[in-house]
Amino acid sequence: MKIAIASGKGGTGKTTLATNLTAYLAEEDEVVLIDLDVEEPNSGLFIKGEFVYKEDKYKMIPEWEQDRCTPCGLCQEVCNFHAIIQLSDQIMLFSELCHSCYACSELCPTSALPMIPQKMGEMKHYRNGNLSFVESRLDIGQEQAVPLIAQTKEYIDTHFSEKMIKFFDAPPGTSCPVIEVTKDVDFVILVTEPTPFGLHDLKLAVDTMRELNRNYGVVVNRHGIGNDDVLEYCQNENIPVLAKIPNDRSIAELYSRGELVYQKVPAVKEQLIKIMDQILELKNGEAK
Amino acid sequence: MKEIVVISGKGGTGKTSITASFAHLGGKDVVVADCDVDAADMHLLLQPDFAKSEDFYSGFIAEIDQDECTQCGICADICRFNAIPVIKTQYRVETLNCEGCGYCPRVCPTDAIRMEEQNVGQWYVSTTRAGNPMVHARLGIGAENSGKLVARVKKEANRIAEETSKDFVLVDGSPGLGCPVISSLSGANFVVLVTEPTVSGLHDLKRVYQLVQKFQIKAGCIINKSDLNPQVCGEIEDFLMKESIVHISNFPYDETFTEAMTMGRTIVEHGNNGLKALLTKSWERVKQITNQGEIRG
Repeated sequence: MKIAIASGKGGTGKTTLATNLTAYLAEEDEVVLIDLDVEEPNSGLFIKGEFVYKEDKYKMIPEWEQDRCTPCGLCQEVCNFHAIIQLSDQIMLFSELCHSCYACSELCPTSALPMIPQKMGEMKHYRNGNLSFVESRLDIGQEQAVPLIAQTKEYIDTHFSEKMIKFFDAPPGTSCPVIEVTKDVDFVILVTEPTPFGLHDLKLAVDTMRELNRNYGVVVNRHGIGNDDVLEYCQNENIPVLAKIPNDRSIAELYSRGELVYQKVPAVKEQLIKIMDQILELKNGEAK
Repeated sequence: MKEIVVISGKGGTGKTSITASFAHLGGKDVVVADCDVDAADMHLLLQPDFAKSEDFYSGFIAEIDQDECTQCGICADICRFNAIPVIKTQYRVETLNCEGCGYCPRVCPTDAIRMEEQNVGQWYVSTTRAGNPMVHARLGIGAENSGKLVARVKKEANRIAEETSKDFVLVDGSPGLGCPVISSLSGANFVVLVTEPTVSGLHDLKRVYQLVQKFQIKAGCIINKSDLNPQVCGEIEDFLMKESIVHISNFPYDETFTEAMTMGRTIVEHGNNGLKALLTKSWERVKQITNQGEIRG
């Protein structure tokens, strides 16, 4: 079972929920946490474990072989991402714009653009008791998170059984990296806060999940600040509110030190239990 | 005209609330550009009038004409994004997977595939309650090319600033450090980094600053919620010192941020609070440093 933890707005508590929920579940069962916020992965600051495996991740880009080039200009013409520019008989490649579609390489009449791997980031795998933790990290200056997310998901699919519960910590927003994380999961937890920004961005996230046809529920974090508009919205739209995590400066302080919260704040543990009960109910419902 | 970009790496550090306060303080002398197009929130505080709106077209999606398709399967074979599965004996484009690369129409023997340009959002030119000209946008659901929409918003904001001889363009950037952030940094004169004293805040600040360095832009930093963790706050201050990042100010942990937001206004409009004085001083400092940058060249 795959569960994504996402949010429209950043800083609502995705990572707090992902790390606490998985650490709590790992007290009893095998569970996998995958940090797919590859631009700014933070789960590893809260989850420590024994190092298992590391792999550099590559994307494929064309390399220009000048002595084979005629130069006919077809590569520049076929590239929809403006990653290839021809200046007289010189070809310039902008690898950060390349989407690895292979069109230039395979359509080149003289095979002057073979595809070669270029490092875009790295993936690390750790283990702490029942908890397996995998994180991927985009190299600074790389523009596209999607290929790294896709490759990390492939690693998860081939290394962990389908039955295991897997939590994906998603990046904020609603654009392509979020789609890549959430498009094929069984359930999405949308974390928000009860403020105008939280509500506005929650609506965008809900629209996205509806478009993707995903099952989803909402966790309201910092409950008690702001107003009741988020709860009213969820009620009107028939969106399940899985839990309300109270606003509490001591939670923020624990978080600031990189500590897990649920062992020290009983109210948080209660909410985690509530979330899991509802998700497991869903899982059992599926099994039937 | 100078361009000031506010980013944070980590989300939820107070970046937009702070930028909106600067915008309010700057009033009609400052053009505002909301470049957090993925989750644009600044309009909730600045209440722009959405005077002019325009569709934004960018990128393509392949479309197969089933009448022309001979089921040869070449398109599906060459597609690197698994975007052309066979559904009920027909080759169909899975739009969520299609990158719009345009390879498939070039190999289709019967010209059955067309590339359709995508409407991926809208952008607006407005005037805010404080009188700022403001350019903002809304990216469509799950749309790609947020970097290009950011570039469009910035270009329009710069054009307005040049034409009306404004001193500053103030840009609210997005979290992370991928394409929209890279796009918002291009051409900036000064970067304001908004962080918080948490292990995540520091981690993300360090990463996003590496990106800022690639652009060789002068940077300053505001540590929000600074009293939340004095130890990490000290680590951030050490980092700023080491990297010669201007330490603009520390703001205390203060629920005024949320209260003002709930009222739909900026912090500087929300009564006389301690934050207002800090924000006013910080904005003066940001303007001063941004202008200094020019003298040094």
